[in-house]
Amino acid sequence: MLELSHVHKVYRVGAFGGSTLRAVRDVNLVVKPGEVVSLIGESGSGKSTIGKMVLGLTKPSQGTITFEGKDVTRLRGFGEKKEYYRHVQGVFQDPFSSFNPIFKADRVFEMIRSSYFPDVSDADWREKVLDVIGTVRLDPANVLNKYPHQLSGGQLQRLLIARALLLDIRLLVADEIISMLDASTRIDVLNLLADLKERGLGILFVTHDLSLGNYVSDRSVILRKGAIAELGPTRRVFENPLHPYSRHLLSCVPQLHRTWAEVDAELAANPPEDVVLPTVSEGDDSAPLVEAEEGHFVGIDQR
Amino acid sequence: MSNVAGAPGSDGTTEPQPAVERRTSETLHFAKRNPKLLIGSGIVLILLLLGLIGPLFVDHGPNVYIGPQSQPPSAEYWLGTTTFGQDIWAQFVYGLRSTFMVGFLGGGIAFVIGTAIGFIAGYKGGIVDEILNMLTNVVLVLPALVVLIVAVAYLDIKGVFVQSLFIGMTSWPWAARAVRSQALSLATRDYVDLARLSGRRTGKIITTEIAPNMSSYLVMSFILLFGGAVLIAAGLDFIGLGPTDGVSLGLMLQNSFTWSALHLGMWWWFIPPGAGITAIVGSMYILNVGLDEIFNPKLREL
Ligand SMILES: Nc1ncnc2c1ncn2[C@@H]1O[C@H](COP(=O)(O)OP(=O)(O)O)[C@@H](O)[C@H]1O
Ligand SMILES: [Mg+2]
Repeated sequence: MLELSHVHKVYRVGAFGGSTLRAVRDVNLVVKPGEVVSLIGESGSGKSTIGKMVLGLTKPSQGTITFEGKDVTRLRGFGEKKEYYRHVQGVFQDPFSSFNPIFKADRVFEMIRSSYFPDVSDADWREKVLDVIGTVRLDPANVLNKYPHQLSGGQLQRLLIARALLLDIRLLVADEIISMLDASTRIDVLNLLADLKERGLGILFVTHDLSLGNYVSDRSVILRKGAIAELGPTRRVFENPLHPYSRHLLSCVPQLHRTWAEVDAELAANPPEDVVLPTVSEGDDSAPLVEAEEGHFVGIDQR
Repeated sequence: MSNVAGAPGSDGTTEPQPAVERRTSETLHFAKRNPKLLIGSGIVLILLLLGLIGPLFVDHGPNVYIGPQSQPPSAEYWLGTTTFGQDIWAQFVYGLRSTFMVGFLGGGIAFVIGTAIGFIAGYKGGIVDEILNMLTNVVLVLPALVVLIVAVAYLDIKGVFVQSLFIGMTSWPWAARAVRSQALSLATRDYVDLARLSGRRTGKIITTEIAPNMSSYLVMSFILLFGGAVLIAAGLDFIGLGPTDGVSLGLMLQNSFTWSALHLGMWWWFIPPGAGITAIVGSMYILNVGLDEIFNPKLREL
């Protein structure tokens, strides 16, 4: 359904755009219908940039992104983009900046209505809105007719999810949608994602939180400095991390029943089997992957 | 299961007043207490009313040779008469009218061009931005006054409209730059991206997402452009390139200087137009400083 092929994103940075920053490096990635792929990486690793490129908000510097066979980077004109967004939606990382502060928060629903459902009657529309608000487990009385600053980050985040659900979407790009939520709502939203997945939606689930990635996703992609370090079925990636960076990340997750010393001792006692990481020559911007076991890939080691 | 009760601000009782209303009333609160704004807008309004209403009470044209020559102000001719016996009060109120016209038209045209270019450059970025930036820089470094002088001299400008058009078309660059830099930073907000994801057109995004968030900025740009247009027009009039059919404060100044009002001690001839221009432009700038203080909480005097 969604396929990224050799995607790079180079930003020009510095006072006069003099230097460059490769935020995304040679990323290859597939999301199938009904599949949740989590994109895991520390902040600055290029996760949001990948999300923005998938949503057509910024163009890749190189490479192609296709959705159901169509090249997303070549959507021409307003009409094609609008059609694309009928099926592909996103929820951004920062809910506070996702709402225009001078309008009421539920205007995000109105915008969808005026663009995509101009003919729906007021009563039908209201029912539809109440329905999606219920789906994200918000109380309409608490969130409708309010300004963004009157709502919490978690409420705003869920309004954005509800907004995406108004459309008949097939792919959702969810950028750190649960980092803003408190523990019990997190579970709600994760369950909601599982429901959506049941309905056949593909979800690109961006997170910096390893345990969350583990909970929802079918496949996990570990991103480091814009390049894929490891990619594979979530269970395998978590049980048998092959890349030194993934091992490091996983060892940093606090574990309830063990102390750090025990974890370290265990790691030292039985070092994981070693794989030969792919290498690239100096100045080569590609980031090849090698398949270590079925569907489980490791990438280059960047310093 | 829904845990909204514990979330901050969700109980609905904390802030019953909507943000926009609250913001407006807050702005009004500070506006009513800002002397710079009150004085500036007061003077501008009085002069504007004078220019609008004054001519209605003058039953002859501003350039008619109506009375005794070179009279100082008197009960009959409030501001005296020129060397040729023209009523200076009549010239003054008509002149105010055309000066405001140049301000609104010239400033307005510059504002429309400047904001349009600034918004598009700032929002679109990339190559569009570079091209528009180049255009802006070219117009910016052009010695606008020289271009105006040449154009005006060759095109034989007759009316206030054409003069305003030329002023408008040459004085927009700084406004374009200012608007661009604001739009550039606002365009990276997520709500702009969200509007794109909602199938909104660029024009609509600029007018509904970006512009309202910089409305104070836009108001101030217009005021500065207005004042600038008045000054440029006065300069053109003064060097003899003003409208040939009519009267303006700049033309009055020019005439008074041409006919040596200064040497002859006819202060009533050159002081009203000079004071009028200074008052309009000066109070516009005071008004602008006042607005700045109101819109920018950091500058508010408490
Ligand atoms: N518009 C931009 N211009 C320049 N650099 C950017 C821009 N957006 C992101 N970056 C840079 O790209 C890198 C990746 O950013 P991002 O995709 O937001 O990371 P993440 O979401 O994983 O935290 C960061 O180093 C960031 O500074
Ligand atoms: Mg991010």
